[in-house]
Amino acid sequence: MSELLQQIINGVSMGSIYALIALGYTMVYGILRFINFAHGDVFMVGAFVGFFVAPVVATLVGGSGLATAVLVMVISMAACALLGVTIEKLAYRPLRSRPKLTVLITAIGVSLFLEYGGQLVFGPDPKPFPALIPSIMIVNSRYLVLSSNSVVVIGTALVLMIVLRYIVFHTRMGTAMRAVSFDHRAASLMGINIDSVISFTFALGSGLAAAAAILYGSVYPSINPLMGLFPGLKAFIAAVLGGIGNLTGAVVGGLIIGLLETLVTGYISPVYRDAISFAVLILILLFRPSGILGRHEAEKV
Amino acid sequence: MRRLIAWLILGAALVVIGLWIGCGGGGNTSEILIGEYSAMTGTTATFGQSTHRGLMMAVDEINAAGGVLGKKIHLLTEDTQSRPEEAATAVTKLITRDRVKAVIGEVSSSRSLAAAPICQANGVPMVSNASTNPEVTKKGDYIFRVCYIDPFQGEVMARFAFSTLGIRKAAILKDIKNDYSVGLAQYFEETFQKLGGEIIATQAYSEGDIDFKAQLTALKATEPEAVIVPGYYTEAALIVKQARELNMTMPFVGGDGWDSAKLVEIGGASMNNTYYSTAYSADDPDSVVQNFVHKYTARYDDKPDAFAALGYDAGLILFDAVKRAGSTEGAKIRDALTATRDFRGVTGTITIDSDRNARKPIVIIAVVNGEMTYKETIQP
Repeated sequence: MSELLQQIINGVSMGSIYALIALGYTMVYGILRFINFAHGDVFMVGAFVGFFVAPVVATLVGGSGLATAVLVMVISMAACALLGVTIEKLAYRPLRSRPKLTVLITAIGVSLFLEYGGQLVFGPDPKPFPALIPSIMIVNSRYLVLSSNSVVVIGTALVLMIVLRYIVFHTRMGTAMRAVSFDHRAASLMGINIDSVISFTFALGSGLAAAAAILYGSVYPSINPLMGLFPGLKAFIAAVLGGIGNLTGAVVGGLIIGLLETLVTGYISPVYRDAISFAVLILILLFRPSGILGRHEAEKV
Repeated sequence: MRRLIAWLILGAALVVIGLWIGCGGGGNTSEILIGEYSAMTGTTATFGQSTHRGLMMAVDEINAAGGVLGKKIHLLTEDTQSRPEEAATAVTKLITRDRVKAVIGEVSSSRSLAAAPICQANGVPMVSNASTNPEVTKKGDYIFRVCYIDPFQGEVMARFAFSTLGIRKAAILKDIKNDYSVGLAQYFEETFQKLGGEIIATQAYSEGDIDFKAQLTALKATEPEAVIVPGYYTEAALIVKQARELNMTMPFVGGDGWDSAKLVEIGGASMNNTYYSTAYSADDPDSVVQNFVHKYTARYDDKPDAFAALGYDAGLILFDAVKRAGSTEGAKIRDALTATRDFRGVTGTITIDSDRNARKPIVIIAVVNGEMTYKETIQP
C-alpha cells in the first residue's frame, strides 16, 4: 500500500511536467490547428538557458535558494518565449496560408535544427544541471518518502496552470485568444490583431515549456541537446489524450500519462512503458479521436 | 559570361570529385591507415572522447619515435553516435572505402558486437579497447580486446560486495537492452550466490531513461543491503541521486561503465558510499600510470579516465603487433596480436589468452566526499 502511494507521488510529479509541456502543444493547436513539433526542443533550450544562467544568478543573488530558483526560471521562460515568437515569425508565419502539411514538415525541420544545432553549440555530452533549491526530506518514514523536489515540482506546475487559466479566461488577450481559436476570420473582422495573438500564444506555450525544463532539470539533473525528444512526444500524447485544443484536457492527459508510465514501470516492466504510452495514443485515435475532454468537431462541407 | 562561370564551376567540381575518389582507394604508401570507431557524440560521448584522446596520444608518440615499419601511423576516426547500427556503418566505411589495415573500437559491447562480424568477414584485425562482454571476441579469430571480460569483473565485484562490504542481500537494477549490463548482472549474480549471498530483487531500465523512481521504489520495498547497477554513468548518476531522494542510503555498486568524471558532476554528494570496478585509476601510485597521467594532463589539461588509458593501451598493443608482424597484412597482424605476452600497459600487465581476451588486473574505486578515490588493485 505504501509502495503504491509512493509510486503515485512519483507519477504525479512526472505527470505535472508532461502537463506543462502539453499545454504548449494544445494552445498552439487550438489557435493554428497545427502541431508544433519543435516544442520539445524549445523545452531543451529552456533547460540549457537555466544551466548557463544559474551560476551567474547565484553569484549575483549570493548562493542558491528560492530567489535564485525563481529568477533562473523567469529568465529561462523569457528567453524561450522570445525563441518561440522568433520561430513562429521566421518559420511558420510565412507559410500560414499554405497547406497544413507544409507547416508541419517545417516544424520537424525546426525541431531537427534545434537538436543538432544544440549538439554543435552546447556539445553532445550530458551536462549536470545545477541544484537550484537544496532538496530536503519533508516526510521521511519507513513507508513513505516525500522530498521537497516533488512538492516544488507539483506546486510550481499548479501555480503556473492557475496563472494560465486566469490569463486565458479573465484577460483581454485571453478573450482574444479564445476568439481566434473559435474563428480566425470572424475574430479579425472584429478588430483582433491575429498576428499578435498568435505571437502571444507561442510566447506563453514556450514559456511554460521552459518552466517545465527548469523543474525537469532540478529533478533529473542531466541535460543534453536531445533531451526534448521523449518528453515532447509524451506531452504530445498527453495533449491528444486529454483532447487537443483543450487546456484542462492537456493537464488531465499529462497526469494520466505520468501515472500510467510510473505504474507500468513499477509493477509490470519498464520495457513496456513507452509501448503502453503509444498504445494509449493509438486507442484514443481509434475510439475517441477528440480525446477525453475534447469536443467532437464535425467536418464542414 | 554566365555560361563560362557555369563551366568553370562544373570543371572545378569534377576535379574535386576526382581527387576524392583517388584518395579513397589506396591511400598514401608512406602511411599505415588505422581505423577508429568511437562514440564521439550521443549518450556515452565521454567514453568515445576519452578513448580518442588516449589513442591520439599513442599515435603521436609512435610517430614521433619514427613510426612503425618505417611508416607513419595515420588514424581515421568515425563517430558511432553511441548507436550500434552506426557502428556497423562506420566500420564498413573504414574497411571498404578507406581500406584500413586494422580497426580499434568500441567501448560499448553492443556496438562492438555489431562491428565485429564485419571485421571478421573482411579479415581486418579489430582491437576492442573496452568492450567487456565475452561474446565480442567469440565473433572470430580477428577480434581482440585489451580490457578484462565481464565474468572476471562480475566475479571481482561480487567478492568485493560480499567480503569487503559484508553484503548478504543485494538487489540488481540493470539496463535490459544492453549486452554489457545484462551480462555483468548475470556474472555478479552467479558468483554472489555461490559465495552464499542472495539476490532479492531485480529491476530493469533502458538506456536514455531519466526517471528511475518507480523501479527504486519497488526495490526499496524489498530492503536490500546494497544495489548493483551494472550500467553507464549517465543513468547510474541519476539512479543513485534519485535513490538518495527516496532515502535509500545503502551502498551502490557498479562496473567500469560508471567510470567518467560526469558521474560525480551529475550525482554530486549523492554518489558517496558507491563503489565501482575499472581498468585503472589515475591515483594509482605505479610509475607507469603516473608517467601517463603526467603526459596526458600536460597535453589535454584534464585527468585521464580509464577509457583514455585503454585507448592508449589499445593503440600501443596494436602498433607493437604490427611491428612484430613485420607486415600490414591482416593475417600476420592477427598472429602477432595472438602472441602478445606480458605487455606492460598503463592499465596493467596484459597477456592475450587463447580466446583473444586480455588477462590483466582490475582496480576498485570508491566515491568518498564526492571524489573518486583509488581503493585497491585485484590481480587476475
